[in-house]
Amino acid sequence: MKFFNFHLMPYRHADLDAIGKNGSAWVTFSNRHYDPQKGAELYHEYLDQMEFADKLGFDGVCLNEHHQTAYGMMPIPGVLAGALARSVKRAKLAILGRALPLINNPLMVAEEYAILDNLTRGRLIAGFVRGIGAEYHAMGINPAYSQERYAEAHDLIVRAWTEPGPFSHVGKHYQFRYVNPWPRPYQKPHPPIWIPSQGSGSTIRWAARMRYTYCQTLSPIAAVARFFQLYRDEAEKAGYQASHDQLAWSNTIYVAETDERAVREARPHLEALMNYFLKMPTEMLLPPGYTDPASMKRVRAAKVTGKPQSIEDVIKAGVVIVGSPNTVREKLAEYQDLAGFNTSLTKTQFGTLPDDMARANMTAIAQEILPHFRDRSPQRTRREAAE
Amino acid sequence: MAAHSISTLAIRDCRIRLMRAGAGAPLVFLHGGGGLGIWLPCMAQLAKKFDVIAPEHPGFGESDSPAWLDTVGDLANFYLDFLDQLDLCGVHLVGSSLGGWIAADLAVRNATRLASLTLIGAAGIHVDGVAQVDTFLTNEEQRIRDLFYDQELAEAVIAGSERPELEDAALRNRMTTAKLSWQPRNHDPQLRKWLHRIKVPTLLVWGDHDRVFPQDYAFAYQRLIPGAKVVVIPECGHLPHVEKGDAFAAELEAFIGAMRIAA
Repeated sequence: MKFFNFHLMPYRHADLDAIGKNGSAWVTFSNRHYDPQKGAELYHEYLDQMEFADKLGFDGVCLNEHHQTAYGMMPIPGVLAGALARSVKRAKLAILGRALPLINNPLMVAEEYAILDNLTRGRLIAGFVRGIGAEYHAMGINPAYSQERYAEAHDLIVRAWTEPGPFSHVGKHYQFRYVNPWPRPYQKPHPPIWIPSQGSGSTIRWAARMRYTYCQTLSPIAAVARFFQLYRDEAEKAGYQASHDQLAWSNTIYVAETDERAVREARPHLEALMNYFLKMPTEMLLPPGYTDPASMKRVRAAKVTGKPQSIEDVIKAGVVIVGSPNTVREKLAEYQDLAGFNTSLTKTQFGTLPDDMARANMTAIAQEILPHFRDRSPQRTRREAAE
Repeated sequence: MAAHSISTLAIRDCRIRLMRAGAGAPLVFLHGGGGLGIWLPCMAQLAKKFDVIAPEHPGFGESDSPAWLDTVGDLANFYLDFLDQLDLCGVHLVGSSLGGWIAADLAVRNATRLASLTLIGAAGIHVDGVAQVDTFLTNEEQRIRDLFYDQELAEAVIAGSERPELEDAALRNRMTTAKLSWQPRNHDPQLRKWLHRIKVPTLLVWGDHDRVFPQDYAFAYQRLIPGAKVVVIPECGHLPHVEKGDAFAAELEAFIGAMRIAA
């Protein structure tokens, strides 16, 4: 299994009471709560952590993209990826943004990713996402066109990377007389494309058909297993066997000497993430048209965004793994076998977790967990074959 | 009082639902983002003097969602086809909120079949510096509360809206409303440039407590449409035809009556 150090870069000094009072850390949470002195320190703290992950032997570092929120300070992940492109010497550099529908000129993503792929001499992993619903409020993009814009932007970017220019593009949402971006990507035919999603069936099926790596965000492991099975089934329908390398689970891991200590240390920081940084009303998460009415009804019925979650809840559901090295190894192996993935996108810093604790956690994961999984693949398929 | 009929009608490739009652000059009522809704008391009142026709827009409720539907301009042209197909002349066109935007856009494009235009709490233009609720970022209960001055009425509407069989239509209505009005929010920057072309008598009916498009919007429309008359209905929110149906019907009848005398 491969390990990526996945950073959300939260504004960890955010006033949680103020977020609670506002009802969300997103869109309407005033940026007067952002202190540039503290923010500047945080950017360096987090970029240093990414460089540390490279030195510790993580296989990659992961950035993402969210807008107008204390949840993450990476509205333009390419800037931070640029800062890391020369200082992260060995690890892959994955951007699990760019939210294509939010951008009115998708060629800028083709250009940005191609530059990063050149700078890293082929270590870029190119993520394409739609962004969550809140982004459509924040960026003034019509959620009812999200899927159309994503599809058209994706097709255009891949074509711009693979077909010599100049050529013209006249689509519904984007029109260009000349498509001829310089530079071209370093990797051939283009950087690996990864597709993160909250578990949309249509996204999973599409990623499987395109043979893109699918990344499951923040979900209980039982749901992750179902989503990954859907991917494998769809791959089979498309006439190939999906490899475990095509499936990545985005998780949070915290390691300390004992289970009890790990839970005690992680609790306030993880609960701040779950109950403050992630909190948003349904109207913000799911604007009309963002997803099809059937999915909308399922989410509304589940009322997913309402209830506060304790660290015990998310450990039990297998959203996160927190415990002693032994517990974490056992759980991770169990989950790897259950869901069948070969990449762990691991948040080692989360919520309000301070730098010293994040670094201790990263070191513990590098020393106690990584070596045990270096050559480990899911056992599930073998077991299934035996049955 | 005669009962209204409910029927479906195909305009080219698009089937829509239609409520209709009464006889006399045609009065076409274009609903807002909340959907066609019920046959309102004010419609029954107006049906005593007019042939009241209330279509359900493409993309809403049980009407089709045609592939060509992207903008309010598409609906304006669709309703021009609609007026042609039904061969309606001397039409009193009434539109509420999003429907008011469609009606204004239609009247700019081609008013030859219109006798008058009535906009109720209409979208379509933007007025700087006016505090407006964000109907896409409020929950369903608050959204309904924001529509009404009378909160007892709002509570009755909330209670009536919590029926599971209405959920599909409500989701479709929300989705199409977003498609048409999310960005630029609730207006077309090009529309205000051409509103002066509206030459038919125009009535602007607003609730004095409209929190969605406050009455500044009525006066902004009045400045843009030559000779338009503003009527502000007291103790009333965004939907005067629902909240103050009698007063609304009386104002509309008086306006059309005065217009006929003037003619």
